[in-house]
Amino acid sequence: MAVHGCSYSALLLIICSVSVFIVTDSQDTTLSGGHHAAAIEDNPQAATEAAGKTSEEPAVEERSWEATEVEEATLHEAAADKQDTPAPETEAPSPVPQPKDDFQEELVIRPLHSGDIYASFQFRTLWETDFMSGNKVSHYRLFPKSLGQVISKFSVRELHISFTQGYWRTMQWGQPFQPAPPGAELWVWFQDSVTDVDGTWKELTNVLSGIFCASLNFIDSTNTVQPSASFKPLGIGNVTDHRFLRYATLPREIVCTENLTPWKKLLPCGSKAGLTVLLKSEKLFHSSFHSQAVHIRPVCQDWQCKTTSWELRQTLNVVFDLHTSGQGKREWSLFKMFSRTLTEACPLASSSKIYIDITDDPQGELFELSPATPLLSQAMVLGDRRTFSVYDLTQPVTFGTVRSLNPLIRWKSSEGDMLRPLLHAERYVAGYGLQTGEIHTLMYNNHPYRSFPVLLLDTVPWYLRLYIHTLTVTSKGKDNKPSYIHYQPSKDRLRPHLLEMLVQLPPNSVTEVTVQFERALLKWTEYTPDPNHGFYVGSSVISSLVPSIVAMDTNITMDRPLFSSFFPCKEESSFFVRVYTEPLLVNLPTPDFSMPYNVICLTCTVVAVGYGSLYNLLTRSFQIEEPSPGLAKRLANIIRRMRGVPPL
Amino acid sequence: MATTEVEHRRGQLASLSIAAVVIIVGVPLWWRTTETYRAWLPVSQINELANLQLQLSADVEVVFARGTVTPEQQKKVPLTKTQDEEHTVDEDTALRYRYETKYRTANIMEEDALNQPSAADADLSLHTLSESLCGSLVVYVIPESSSLLPEDVDVYIGQRRTALLRNGAQMRVGRTMEQLLAHLEPRIRQVLKVMSFSHTDITAALSGRVRLSPGNKESIADSMRAFKSSPGYEITFSLLNPDPKSHRLHWDIEGAVQTYIQPLLTKLAPVANFSIDSQTLYYAMLGVNPRFDSSRNAYTLNSDSLAHVINPVEARLGSNAASSNPVLNFLLYAPDAQHSPLYIQDRQKQKVPSNAFHSPRWGGIMVYNVNSFYGPEAVFPVDINIDMAKVMGVFLAQLRLLLGVQSSTTPPGFLVAPCSSTGLADWELDRLMWSRSVENVATAATTITSLAQLLDQIGNIVINDNIAEQVSSAVTSLQLAVAELEAGNLGFALQYSKEAILASERAFFDPSLLHLLYFPDDQKFAIYIPLFLPMCVPILLSLLKIISDARQRRKERQAKKD
Repeated sequence: MAVHGCSYSALLLIICSVSVFIVTDSQDTTLSGGHHAAAIEDNPQAATEAAGKTSEEPAVEERSWEATEVEEATLHEAAADKQDTPAPETEAPSPVPQPKDDFQEELVIRPLHSGDIYASFQFRTLWETDFMSGNKVSHYRLFPKSLGQVISKFSVRELHISFTQGYWRTMQWGQPFQPAPPGAELWVWFQDSVTDVDGTWKELTNVLSGIFCASLNFIDSTNTVQPSASFKPLGIGNVTDHRFLRYATLPREIVCTENLTPWKKLLPCGSKAGLTVLLKSEKLFHSSFHSQAVHIRPVCQDWQCKTTSWELRQTLNVVFDLHTSGQGKREWSLFKMFSRTLTEACPLASSSKIYIDITDDPQGELFELSPATPLLSQAMVLGDRRTFSVYDLTQPVTFGTVRSLNPLIRWKSSEGDMLRPLLHAERYVAGYGLQTGEIHTLMYNNHPYRSFPVLLLDTVPWYLRLYIHTLTVTSKGKDNKPSYIHYQPSKDRLRPHLLEMLVQLPPNSVTEVTVQFERALLKWTEYTPDPNHGFYVGSSVISSLVPSIVAMDTNITMDRPLFSSFFPCKEESSFFVRVYTEPLLVNLPTPDFSMPYNVICLTCTVVAVGYGSLYNLLTRSFQIEEPSPGLAKRLANIIRRMRGVPPL
Repeated sequence: MATTEVEHRRGQLASLSIAAVVIIVGVPLWWRTTETYRAWLPVSQINELANLQLQLSADVEVVFARGTVTPEQQKKVPLTKTQDEEHTVDEDTALRYRYETKYRTANIMEEDALNQPSAADADLSLHTLSESLCGSLVVYVIPESSSLLPEDVDVYIGQRRTALLRNGAQMRVGRTMEQLLAHLEPRIRQVLKVMSFSHTDITAALSGRVRLSPGNKESIADSMRAFKSSPGYEITFSLLNPDPKSHRLHWDIEGAVQTYIQPLLTKLAPVANFSIDSQTLYYAMLGVNPRFDSSRNAYTLNSDSLAHVINPVEARLGSNAASSNPVLNFLLYAPDAQHSPLYIQDRQKQKVPSNAFHSPRWGGIMVYNVNSFYGPEAVFPVDINIDMAKVMGVFLAQLRLLLGVQSSTTPPGFLVAPCSSTGLADWELDRLMWSRSVENVATAATTITSLAQLLDQIGNIVINDNIAEQVSSAVTSLQLAVAELEAGNLGFALQYSKEAILASERAFFDPSLLHLLYFPDDQKFAIYIPLFLPMCVPILLSLLKIISDARQRRKERQAKKD
């Protein structure tokens, strides 16, 4: 019964406030004021009446789903309320609050020289809010609640997580828009208010592993490092104390549908509308390279950076191998890649665009794009000026008369050469046997005349014991002394090796970094279930500002495409590149795993035999034994006994 | 001959000493090194707790206003009276309710307060006179002629911990005090049942421990509906917009939470911690297709199909990443333009007036039709502002149900004061605290006893010191909670019972309990046998031989004597 009273009193409050509003604001003050007084007078009776009604109602049947049957009073009064006061929705529409968040979606398609197709999705949610100040953020609209809770609970300043299946072949494909190492990568900048960074990091990885259905809970102190220079915050904020940074990779992580589904769930439109309808897992994972990522960082809301907002970027990069799936024909369309076409933009997105890279084909002699689009866009991407055909999905004209969009590229010839990427890297393990080895990292500077510095970050697990005195850096046959080395030795079972170096790469050269290591013996419980597969060593990370060949345009406007605006770029003539090498697979000396039991059995047997003879010696009483009679004599005695003659 | 005898003797001594070394050194060494660490647990106290004897004490003060007792009666007003009521719920759970009733006559200030024009005013000024303790009650007996209450109302239950009771007409004059008290007692008992703990509430709170006889369906439904007691709850409001192409929904959830939900939660703060958040989910569909009802020109959802509504939505709701407390979900569903309006039907094929339903221990859904906000000529998408007062009225009612703040059916002649802006009367909070304390005590006791039983049964489990510590602290808190319940200090009892439940759960779910649980015996023997078999067989054999020799010798000696 009190329920009625409550809803009633809540409404009473509303009525009062509304009536105050009317008194101050409207013209027929006296009338409405009087009316309301009457309403207040009447209402207690109404409440008691309604209360009486419910108490007479038949008992609730036992069932799991019950209609909420308490609102008669509320509704009754709500109706009365509506008659009295102008309901804001119907008669006097109050101004719709300007949403503080914004969502954009984008797809870039680039035909690669190898004949493959590179498709890169980006979804960006901007939210003008403040996770960093004390007050709790708890009301979400476009921003996913689960990630928001993670940010505010763990005081995260920046979070970057990527899941990648396959290795990006820089030499064949050029630079990706979002580089990522094979497996899972996670790096997080915490706010400087966090006191126990390691504990928070541990909890955070566990929560993220739940959110993304991944084995991020395997991140512990043995694979976490704090790089001093390689991973700087990408958002605003000048905290660069690397005590608040944690970086970890899991090169073994397999990425599949179960990671894609939760990733899609974070998008406002889910997989129901807009570009997300293309994300069908059976097609996405039938590809040479698949990488999905989530980046959260604080960014400037406007050019003057007066207000800050939080940016959530969800990216998904796929390389489709058309030679295996295209039946030999070099022809490509949205439908062929994703087995879907587009019919609408996500209604929540403020911009929804498809970019198709046609730089390599300015005259249309290499391939043909249909339907043709009049919109062209130029952008500086990774030091190169590219031209794109743009399809704007928010314009109904894009979909034409068939109400669906299915861009198609038909190759006319397979000629054309690619600009060699200015920076790329390789890595391998040399050496033989199971005791020692050598890690080789090769960094290629393909720039014809400029040398530039690169930051090399190497994380090596503790069971490969690096001999740091054997570290050599050579370019063009000469010793190349790094200008900065940060080395943190490993501790067994506690932390990995961390090696960071700033190396100057001479123009048009190969720089080789080698370091020798010894393989450690693990305890038998430390081996993975398939130890003969080998142990992974995560990719090296090479970060660099690469001088551009083309002059950069300094005129940065807000409507740049998303894929070109990820890494903040201060210098005009160079661009930021991050290159990941291959992960290494190293064999460790592997024991026979039935060994412990065998050892126990063997030692026990040896002990038992030794003990047995000792025991015999100690307890046996020795006496002189009469020599036993010979066989002939015994036989003779038997015969004699049978005959009744006394034995010999 | 003598040498062989000596040699034989030496061998015997050697085997005896080896056996002695094995027994004195080897066996204890083996025992010590393979022993699992088991810290001491207060087993006897736990066994005492297994047999739960709860006593709930409530302080009741009965105040006679002027005109209800004659001066000679007044002299005979007894000071205190204690009534006990015992219930045996099952073989190891017993309940005892104790009402300590104090009688006195009203003082002048209270008389003044009772002369106020209306019952609500009287209630308010009585409250300002004295701050009543948590769990206690004051019943004012007012004369039959008093104008405070309407004609047909005998009892008025205020917003705080006071009730006004109208003296019966036949009790006017010429009766003795005993008769008066005998007349008042059943009615005071009725008041207590409404305002303090009632047997049904308490047995419902014990439902986790005691299997209830399926007698009273309604009370079972009630007890099933509310969430289990927990130290904290997460409340999530979700706005489901299946059709963002046509409807652009705006809800001022922040303001609504501040206005409607927060006062209630502030009031409930002693019971549990609450955290609130909200989200908007787009393209969230219900699991069933509503049927078109041409007679009403509307779509309808049957009550049978409601159970299937939530599953697809729940996958989108997401679990709370930040805590592991139970989540109360409140969904506001605005049907898409093609399926509007949408109404929920109950079993009798009647439209549910609130257009909302709730699921026990899960949350509630309200269907909010928005098609009336725009005409047929509207240009999509339409901006729609949601009327939060209407929505929050429903959600608030559902929240109260799900938290177990339920209005018991009041006997005829009772008038319950409409509650204040906090949405919860003091006595309602008391009722909730009574049942929550009892529930917590019962749950913690069950947890601790089953943990003790488990540890007793499986000898392999390691009991670390921290677990023993948790168990002891749970036991201490439990004993304190029981004692405070007995003493009638409701606030402390709830506090201790919460501590007990936390400590007991921590001990029960400690991962260290599982470490050696799966160390099978056959593997142990496989490792021991290669060592023990070859070592023990010679020792045993020689010991047997020595024994048989000794027996032989004794027999010979006996024979010689004879």
